[in-house]
Amino acid sequence: MNTLKFITAGNVDDGKSTLIGRLLYDSDSIHTDQLGILQQQTKQQGVDIDLSLITDGLRAEREQGITIDVAYKYFSTKRRKFIIADAPGHEQYTRNMITGASNSDLIIILVDARKGITTQTKRHASIGSLIGIKKAIIAVNKIDLVEYSETVFNSIKGEFENLKEDLNFDEIVYIPISALEGDNIVEKSVNTPWFEGDTLLKTLEYIEIPSSENLASRFQVQWVIRPKNEENHDYRGYAGQVLSGAYQEGDRVTILPSGIETTILKIEKHQETIVKAVAGENIVLHLAGNTDISRGDSIVKTTELPLSSNDLKSWVSWLDHTVLQIGKTYVLQHRFRKVRVKIQSIDKKWDSNQWQFSQANEIGLNDIGQISLKSNQPLFFDAFSENSKNGSAILIDETTHNTVGALLFLA
Amino acid sequence: MNSTHYLHQLEDEAIYILRETAAQFEKPALLFSGGKDSIVLVHLALKAFRPGKFPFPLVHIDTGHNFPEAIAFRDYLAYKIGEPLIVASVEDSIKKYNLKETQGRFPSRNALQTYALLDAIQENEFDACIGGARRDEEKARAKERIFSVRDDFGQWDPKLQRPELWDILNGKIEKGHNVRVFPISNWTELDVWNYIQQNNIELPNLYFSHDRECIVHQGKLVATSQFIQPLPSDVVVTEKVRYRTVGDMTCTAAVPSEAASIQDIIDDIIQTKISERGQTRLDDQLSEAAMEDRKKQGYF
Repeated sequence: MNTLKFITAGNVDDGKSTLIGRLLYDSDSIHTDQLGILQQQTKQQGVDIDLSLITDGLRAEREQGITIDVAYKYFSTKRRKFIIADAPGHEQYTRNMITGASNSDLIIILVDARKGITTQTKRHASIGSLIGIKKAIIAVNKIDLVEYSETVFNSIKGEFENLKEDLNFDEIVYIPISALEGDNIVEKSVNTPWFEGDTLLKTLEYIEIPSSENLASRFQVQWVIRPKNEENHDYRGYAGQVLSGAYQEGDRVTILPSGIETTILKIEKHQETIVKAVAGENIVLHLAGNTDISRGDSIVKTTELPLSSNDLKSWVSWLDHTVLQIGKTYVLQHRFRKVRVKIQSIDKKWDSNQWQFSQANEIGLNDIGQISLKSNQPLFFDAFSENSKNGSAILIDETTHNTVGALLFLA
Repeated sequence: MNSTHYLHQLEDEAIYILRETAAQFEKPALLFSGGKDSIVLVHLALKAFRPGKFPFPLVHIDTGHNFPEAIAFRDYLAYKIGEPLIVASVEDSIKKYNLKETQGRFPSRNALQTYALLDAIQENEFDACIGGARRDEEKARAKERIFSVRDDFGQWDPKLQRPELWDILNGKIEKGHNVRVFPISNWTELDVWNYIQQNNIELPNLYFSHDRECIVHQGKLVATSQFIQPLPSDVVVTEKVRYRTVGDMTCTAAVPSEAASIQDIIDDIIQTKISERGQTRLDDQLSEAAMEDRKKQGYF
């Protein structure tokens, strides 16, 4: 049993929260006391049970009937554990949606059957794809309100297929649903006999999650363990998470930035020696020789060196109210390593409405584009398309300390 | 159910967050109450940092209304692993600031805990406090980031949370601000118990079925204690109970249970249709946004 993290996106009022409420309700994941509170609230508002209230957690959200920030919800079936990021639909809260998307394996984009593909659909598709999500479900919702029309479904599908070329999804699944009525959510709907695909839940249960075990081996030192007590006088272990690939005892490795070559003497996991460690595992590496290694240094297989440069080209997703400024210095955090960077140029901006690049002098809140940066020390990275863990970074404003941008390196 | 793989994913995520906290902050602390979630945190920290020492002390915000079993276990575990324990007393803050106790039959010192917590943060200059809160517990908690930035007053501003991209954590803060860190954000109650079972983690015995004298209050079982004396009008029963959560003796309800082992408890939870806090916390039921309001004031 593994975990699938997914995000729901779509226009305001496309029924995201209702869909999540439906998934939780139908998979029997809502506790009776929470349901009690829910019934109380819906009663106050004088409508039928409102499944969307399950996810809207803040007072302001309930008052305004909107989602402001991501809420995380959990449910499981016999096959999988699911973590749902219920993301806001309003454009002004896009950056919160990006937070949810960056931690998801799959995106469900809700499209209102009556409205079809909108600017916000395109924006969410662009962001999900850019931030590294490989699997997408286009859920054509409110299909009951268009009399379960196959024609409407096919026309929306056709329209999205035209956008596909510019997106990095490696699998797109289309499902006609009604979150409110429950059509094709858990049970196959009798109202859409023309639909041959799986229900939403079954798709979520069976879709393949890409693994990073077969990529080049990447490891950054997160924490150095040096007990300096009698028992462990000479113990010096480099703790961190295997970002991608796998490491084995005896592997020949290169330390970056120093460039020193050495050998893995021993791999420990929770103080037990293991022979091999794969992507995702937290391990402690012991290396031959007495090399000076600190937090943020990369330990990579000598045969699989990453890119190395001070001049970077990158996608950026901008998350702050202040605009990205050419010539301004920011802190770039690449995993555990921080360098200072200066923005050299804004190369182009993606216009998800026109579905094309445009020239731009400015990148502001919720914009995505491509930029060039110069760093004060070389970075050891991969293109995001090759290796998302070692190909991503954040920009931090030096004065406010806020996370202002997400970077996805280009080769 | 084979839960091994996803428990490893959760463990890996939590250890990663603990090490990141140790590396990014000058003076972190691990908030430790002797309850199951913080016991799991301690266990994860052992995996993250041994054979080295913990890069942070254990800190308990002691309300003065705790279960003696939880306090005894707290001291026992800190001694056993040889890590320092700092106890900040809510009783002391009440005296120092002349705070008004919550009124009522089953008073909660939850809101008052914030004073002791913020004092402890200031006195010890803690810049990060690691806590065992989980997103599945409560809907305001469902909105929390992993690194939750708080201002000088410890306040959470849910409308202005920092973006958190992928698993890259930004712990840069202004002086005086601090960060609350939640390594087991993505764990559910059931995950915690499965992990306890898988790792054979020791717990205080009040989590297991035992005989206890309780007052029946609105269908909930509240233990009689030095803080809660029965009134003549009370229905007092002695029942086989266990605690599903461990908070203050004054406002945590026991649940009737025969569960004597961790497997029994897991079976219990799978059957149960009531949420953890809904079944056991009298203080959260005051209002729909009780937790959100407390967090805005600086609560965990």
